[in-house]
Amino acid sequence: MAERRLLLLGLVLLAASAAFLLWNLRGPVGFILTLRATKLAALLLVGLAVGVATVLFQTVAQNRLLTPGIVGFDALFVTLQTGLVLGLGGLGLAQLPALGRFAMEVLLLVLAAQALFGLLLRKGADDVIRMILTGVILGVMLRGVAGLMQRLLDPSEFSVVQQAVFASFGAVDRGLLLIAAGLLAMAMLAALRMASELDVAGLGRVPARTLGLDHDRVVRRSLALVSALVAVSTALVGPVTFLGLIAASLAHALMQTHRHAVLLPAAGLLGALFLVTGQFLFERVLGLQSTLAVLIEFFGGLLFLALILSRRRQ
Amino acid sequence: MRGWLWGGAGLLGLVALSLSIGAASLWTSDLNTGWLIAVSRFPRTAAALLAGAGLALAGVVVQQAVQNRFVEPGLSGTPEAAMLGLLGITLIAPGAVLWVKMAVAALAALAGTGLFLALATRIPRTDPMLLPLVGLIHAGILGAVVTWIAWQADLMQYLGIWQMGEFSGVVQGRYELLWGIAALAALLYALADRITLLGLGADAARALGLDYRQTVALGLTVVAAITALVVVTVGALPFVGLVVPNVVSRFRGDNLARNLPMVALGGAGAVLAADILGRMLRHPYEVPAATVFAIAGAGIFLWLLHAAPKAAHG
Amino acid sequence: MIEIRNVSLSLRGSAILHDITAGLPQTGITALIGPNGAGKSSLLHLCAGLLRPSGGVIAVDGGDVTRMAHRDRARRIAVLTQAQALGSRLTVGDLVGFGRWPHHLGRPREADRQVVAEALALFDLETLSGRQVETLSGGQKARAFTAMAWAQSTPWLLLDEPLAALDPRFARDLMARLHAMSQTGPQARGVVIVVHDLNAAALWADHVVALRDGRLFADGPAAEVLTPATLGALFDTAFGTVDTPRGRLVYPA
Repeated sequence: MAERRLLLLGLVLLAASAAFLLWNLRGPVGFILTLRATKLAALLLVGLAVGVATVLFQTVAQNRLLTPGIVGFDALFVTLQTGLVLGLGGLGLAQLPALGRFAMEVLLLVLAAQALFGLLLRKGADDVIRMILTGVILGVMLRGVAGLMQRLLDPSEFSVVQQAVFASFGAVDRGLLLIAAGLLAMAMLAALRMASELDVAGLGRVPARTLGLDHDRVVRRSLALVSALVAVSTALVGPVTFLGLIAASLAHALMQTHRHAVLLPAAGLLGALFLVTGQFLFERVLGLQSTLAVLIEFFGGLLFLALILSRRRQ
Repeated sequence: MRGWLWGGAGLLGLVALSLSIGAASLWTSDLNTGWLIAVSRFPRTAAALLAGAGLALAGVVVQQAVQNRFVEPGLSGTPEAAMLGLLGITLIAPGAVLWVKMAVAALAALAGTGLFLALATRIPRTDPMLLPLVGLIHAGILGAVVTWIAWQADLMQYLGIWQMGEFSGVVQGRYELLWGIAALAALLYALADRITLLGLGADAARALGLDYRQTVALGLTVVAAITALVVVTVGALPFVGLVVPNVVSRFRGDNLARNLPMVALGGAGAVLAADILGRMLRHPYEVPAATVFAIAGAGIFLWLLHAAPKAAHG
Repeated sequence: MIEIRNVSLSLRGSAILHDITAGLPQTGITALIGPNGAGKSSLLHLCAGLLRPSGGVIAVDGGDVTRMAHRDRARRIAVLTQAQALGSRLTVGDLVGFGRWPHHLGRPREADRQVVAEALALFDLETLSGRQVETLSGGQKARAFTAMAWAQSTPWLLLDEPLAALDPRFARDLMARLHAMSQTGPQARGVVIVVHDLNAAALWADHVVALRDGRLFADGPAAEVLTPATLGALFDTAFGTVDTPRGRLVYPA
């Protein structure tokens, strides 16, 4: 039953991707197709990665309101980018080969994310709302730090930071895309292989332990995967805060199952679908530029409020 | 009494420091010292004092109205609502005089605060951490709308000014609206007892003969007016309304009527200190007071969240 | 045999258990009794390997429980804790099905499905198996979680206050079932329960371990421990006995 819905979802995504590639195709077909295919690949990858990462994160944190972005990951990214420009100088950073810079960013992000998530989950396991609030405020503080560092930059360096910290699916390096695709595919496969253990971990720490699951190890592994997934996708295109919340909530609502073998791919497909159709509608049909991130913020925020209000009514 | 002495002395010291620090030196420059003080330094100092006092008082009112001390208008969507109003009037009637813009911004801020209050009544008070989170998301949604409109209308530059509170642009003739805050503060002081009663909740306040709705409406109008005044003249300054009342009540208890002057004094001093720090960090360039305050304020908020569980039951 | 040797436990600086030594026999029901806060649940959690003792050793069938691989432990010991809250939305059938997880690790076989069906039937949950766990009443929920532990089919079954939410019929049925499966035979399982209802212990338990203030107070056959003298000293209140057709009951006088 759930498998059929998953298949249907895949088909819809395929149709949306085809529309994205072929809609209104004119002029130098080969050139435009390459351009669109690169963009499509970035959208698909990021959507998949963020969807999968959010389900993982919500399962080990035992909370459906959480996403890595909400607890401050995006702010961490902005701070790190600014710090890099400040530390190495805009020129120094520009001289780094794209691959080297990407690798460094991913590595730093993974480490920082591990620290952030580890800290939040360890300290806040029994008071989730306080943990979320802490993450959000930490995010505000990190943005403040980034803002402070940006003031210390000269204008040309500042524009380097500006380019790096806004989500953009337009200017993605194709070589990086390939590497990111490889990394993300490995992380997503690793997550899928853990699906059955995640089902048990979703019961909660004590029940999972009575069933012989090394719960702490599953949490550690999941957080490592979450860090890798969001770090790679964020380093690729920039932060998309609420996308994961939308994807994971829809996946739970549509699939009506606790099985991660279904939930993980469903959330990934939904994340990708949301990005592809959103970008398609806004860029091609409505002719609006650069509004997708704002749109996600808007609807994601509304969804978050709706989730809180409905949860409290039970 | 000793608290007052120290507070007063500290504030005087800050004022003296503020008057003497700036891009141009008071003592060695060829500029007329008296002129410099009258046109730039005094207005800047007064603006910081007034904005800080007003925002701190606004925080107290909202905290009493929703009975949660982790909430403040600056982190609950009030400034974003004011910006929405400003964008609207700028688009509809670009030539409107300042006080008309001001009035529209205040009305929009009132609507935004009212919306937050409506959300607050739908959330049970069992978890004091939930409401500030809802406020932040509410602010995020309004902020997304504001960003989207500003982007479409090519008004991002204005938005940048409203979003980031700073005092470097304050000169004689461009801040005098802020003196309105002094009047509003006096009004609040007259209402102090009633606002204290709000903190007991609707039923208890009514049982004591208070016209609850009228008092809430009056209080929120003052909050909206203060926020709009600050946003229009210097830009948003989050965390002031949260941190100052909390710190004051930790040291002096919860008697509002007795604390209000101290809260106003504390807010004034805190914002002025942030502004002075922003001027000194990278002299002669400036860091916005809002950036300084975001870092310090978020840090203090985190401390309040974790080191002060007693304060959670507000 | 569960051997508890010189076990002590401190949590966050406060001492919970002091130097406890006792043996829980493989055959029959062992009841852990004692006043509130005596450390009964902690001792049960230690035996299940969910907590680590601060000192001493707990050996289950000869192996140190803290050194067992997680999966081996879950195939040897099933435990019902008092915290019956779930992180995910599950149906009753799914929940009981998780009891088989240590055996199939995500790939259920026919035999696993059969055991789950038996468990659902045994605990009268067949009509509820499609219901969401969170919509159940307290007693129904307790039965569902007990069925899940039962479905683990382990040589040892450890239950922390399994009777608290059950009505008299289900309480009696559960105790009768536990009693039947704990008696000698190839399928015999060791059963350890924490109970507050002393008469449930008097009627069904073969062995009783009494704790007080984190120390071992008494340990022996049920008939020897559940006397007015021992119970009176254990609970600081006088006890009487009354003989009924079902056996000798105790009551606070």
